[in-house]
Amino acid sequence: MAPVATPFFFYLLSGIMLIGGILVITRKNPVHSALALIVTLLAQASIYLMLYAPFVAGVQIILYAGGIMVLFLFVIMLVSIDRSIKERQFNSQWVVGIIAATALGGLFIAAFTKGDKIFPEHVLPMVENDNTQNIATLLYGQYMFAFEIASLLLLVAIIGAVVMAKKRI
Amino acid sequence: MFLTHIWLIPLLPAVGAAVMFFFGRRLQKATVSAVCVGSIVLAFILACGAVWQYSAWSSTSDNFHKPYQTILCTWLGSDTGHLNYRTQDGSPAPLQADVGFLLDPLSSIWLLFVTGVGMLIHIYSTGYMAHEGGYYRFFGYLNLFMFSMLTLILANNYVLLFVGWEGVGLCSYLLIGFYFHRKSASDAAAKAFIVNRIGDAGFLLGMFFIAWYFGSLRFIEVTHIAHSGRFSIGDPIITAATLLLFVGACGKSAQLPLYIWLPDAMEGPTPVSALIHAATMVTAGVYMVARSNALFVLAPTSMKTVAIVGALTAIFAASIGLVQNDIKRVLAYSTVSQLGYMFLALGVGAFAAGVFHVFTHAFFKALLFLGAGSVIHSMSGEQDMRNMGDLGHRIPITHRTMFIATLAIAGIFPFAGFFSKDAILWETWSREGGAYRFLWYVGYATALMTAFYMFRLMYLTFHGRPRMSHEAEHHIHESPMSMTVPLIVLALCAVGTGWLGWPHSLGGSDRFTKFLEPVFAGEARVLQEEGRTSQLVAGVEEQHNSSTEWLLMALSLAAAGLGWGMAWRSYRHADKGYTEPIAAAVPPVYDVLLHKYYVDEGYDYVFTGRRKLGNVRLGVLGLGTASAWFDTHVVDGAVNAAGWITRLTGTISSWWDKWIIDGIGVNGPATLARILSYPARLFEWGLVQWYALVMTAGLVGFVFYYVYR
Amino acid sequence: MLHITTLHYLVLGAALFLLGVIGVLTRRNVVIVLMSIELILNAVNLNLVAFSRLWGGLHGQIFAIFVITDAAAEAAVGLGILIAFFRNKETVNIDEVNLLKW
Repeated sequence: MAPVATPFFFYLLSGIMLIGGILVITRKNPVHSALALIVTLLAQASIYLMLYAPFVAGVQIILYAGGIMVLFLFVIMLVSIDRSIKERQFNSQWVVGIIAATALGGLFIAAFTKGDKIFPEHVLPMVENDNTQNIATLLYGQYMFAFEIASLLLLVAIIGAVVMAKKRI
Repeated sequence: MFLTHIWLIPLLPAVGAAVMFFFGRRLQKATVSAVCVGSIVLAFILACGAVWQYSAWSSTSDNFHKPYQTILCTWLGSDTGHLNYRTQDGSPAPLQADVGFLLDPLSSIWLLFVTGVGMLIHIYSTGYMAHEGGYYRFFGYLNLFMFSMLTLILANNYVLLFVGWEGVGLCSYLLIGFYFHRKSASDAAAKAFIVNRIGDAGFLLGMFFIAWYFGSLRFIEVTHIAHSGRFSIGDPIITAATLLLFVGACGKSAQLPLYIWLPDAMEGPTPVSALIHAATMVTAGVYMVARSNALFVLAPTSMKTVAIVGALTAIFAASIGLVQNDIKRVLAYSTVSQLGYMFLALGVGAFAAGVFHVFTHAFFKALLFLGAGSVIHSMSGEQDMRNMGDLGHRIPITHRTMFIATLAIAGIFPFAGFFSKDAILWETWSREGGAYRFLWYVGYATALMTAFYMFRLMYLTFHGRPRMSHEAEHHIHESPMSMTVPLIVLALCAVGTGWLGWPHSLGGSDRFTKFLEPVFAGEARVLQEEGRTSQLVAGVEEQHNSSTEWLLMALSLAAAGLGWGMAWRSYRHADKGYTEPIAAAVPPVYDVLLHKYYVDEGYDYVFTGRRKLGNVRLGVLGLGTASAWFDTHVVDGAVNAAGWITRLTGTISSWWDKWIIDGIGVNGPATLARILSYPARLFEWGLVQWYALVMTAGLVGFVFYYVYR
Repeated sequence: MLHITTLHYLVLGAALFLLGVIGVLTRRNVVIVLMSIELILNAVNLNLVAFSRLWGGLHGQIFAIFVITDAAAEAAVGLGILIAFFRNKETVNIDEVNLLKW
């Protein structure tokens, strides 16, 4: 199914994403930030659908919005946020930080304007139906080794998180 | 068995004391009594057994008249003699003191009457202290005292004797201050302690002299060396040593001029006065002098000093006792006076007579004090004889037993005091060809005074008109069995103990002197030689004359009777506001006597400095004031000057240090390093976000390069 | 305007990335810093998927999946550190720890 009304949805979703991102970095209460982040991630998942990447979109929703965000919310509940809400929210280098980010943004704009012509005008057609199967073939074939490494990474992360978060081992 | 385990005798009361100190607070009164009285009863039984076994042991031909010595361990120094010191002739001697026990006739006598009287007084105390607080504390102290006293008696060397000596001093302090919430009691305790310290210092110095001169502190060895003839009679070092020992004895046995603590010691509970300040502890000085007899006979000067001090103390204290109104105070001065008698006997060389008087005195004076305690008990704490009278038929047992004791102390035939006192007076008269005869007159006058004040006490307390308040009269009651039984037993002793020393002149055999002979035999020989020379010089030859002795006995009986009669005349009908005969005859004398010759006041002026002499403060406090002045003005001035100079130089050097050394020398390079290192530190702040910022800056630079290449 | 090109996605990703960078650089709350890191990672994912669409291959998507895996691991470890940090310092403010300089 080809995407319909692509520009409208693109701008709608990018607007949601940017507003969500701004909310993430400006809210005092981390819970609000987390909720804003969920909105952003869901909007991004929709954009993945527009980009013919349903599997990534699913992974995005399940893993990010479902897993990582729950993790965040749990942690927010574990640590006391009452004190930090009442405190200063931005550190002492925030001006320099914003300047640096703005400089980076300016460079991005420069790069995009300079390199506008290097991308092909028309995108290549993509087969929509066997997206998941193809990804699976690639993952278990060409990317087998990386896939296993990734699983090992996850294992290490689990153990590391438990070791660090537990009071006494 | 008893002999080899003689260490058990002092140990038993020590165990009792330890139990009291650790668990006493939680024990029932009955348990406390059982433990403490039981330990003393056991000790008494063991003591009897030990003395009995010793007398058998010392009559075998191998050990004939030898003292029995057992050494448990070395307590100070070592057996191997690693700690040596040099004696006066340069030869090394081991610095060593044993935990060792010595039993000979002298210590046997003390052992018997200390444990015996101690036992009776413990039993008495269970009744007397029944309603007092600190019951376990009292008995703990009493047991501790018994332990110290027995250590003192049984010690085989001066150091261990000194341990016991200090121990009894401590217990005396604790027991005088038993009612510590009463200021007078705690003051009296402190006074006793401090005055005893003065004597103890003398004792210690004497001990050092002996160690330096004889190379040993064991009695047997010291006696042996003294007998060996190495030292001539009148040796100055021995004279010094014995005089110093006698200072110690003066402190402990309340002789002039250190007697002042004993009358004040009556602040303690009455059984304590009986046990410690009448019967046992105060005779420790006598014991020590008698124990050192081998040294004393080598120092005639010391002997004379002892005799004169003893006689003076005897008459001095007796004269004070004539007018005192506190029943216990009269007895206290009586004790001082009787102790003077004992020292008189020792001084004239009649050691056996002195010890005999200690022995008899222990019983009748303990009895007097316990009787006084019983009176005070029945009078609900009243001690002033002016508020007593006519108690005789209300507390009959106390009255009768005390009457026996009074007869004994007054020296009425055939009670105990008669024999011992007459032995002393006779020896004073006859020794050394009458060299001490002038002291006989002193002793004789004292005997008269003794009879007077004792019968005064009896009449004021038990006869005459009742002078107490109605309420007190209502409460009068005879004491319980636990108190009266010891009184009766002691009364029997006050009658009978004198018979042990029934003199030859009255057809007796004087077994007491014979029993003590092994201890004093060597001394008798020395004295005889000395006496012969002095007799030869004086040109008199006095025969042992029975008729003279009879005459003297009759005279002293007459004195006792006279004293009795005078007291009877003056106090028989004493009513409220009765007149003191002395006050009526010579008021100034009465005043002086009532104020105890103002000795305490004098001491306050001269020694303590509690009273000012004009504007000047003398004595310890005066010294303190002077020292304080010296300290604040001279020493502190010097200190402050030094401090001021230090501060000035310190200010200068600190300025120099702060601005020149620190400012340029130390901080200069540091500041330079800080300024120079600032750029480097920019990258090492430790804040994660700073690193992230630097990273971002790097990213900007990278992208910039990449875009505008 | 009517045609959405790859560049649009890249600009969106860049904007998201910048938001994340600002969050990382300026916020004191560690939780929000970690969320900002997630924003950055998502910006990268967006680029990857956009390029995958551009070239018609699936390798970009595979990369995105790996990045998501990494993000999960990072979040787990980061939040574990956060809990340990909070237990020791009683705070979630990142500028109150500067022990890293040693």
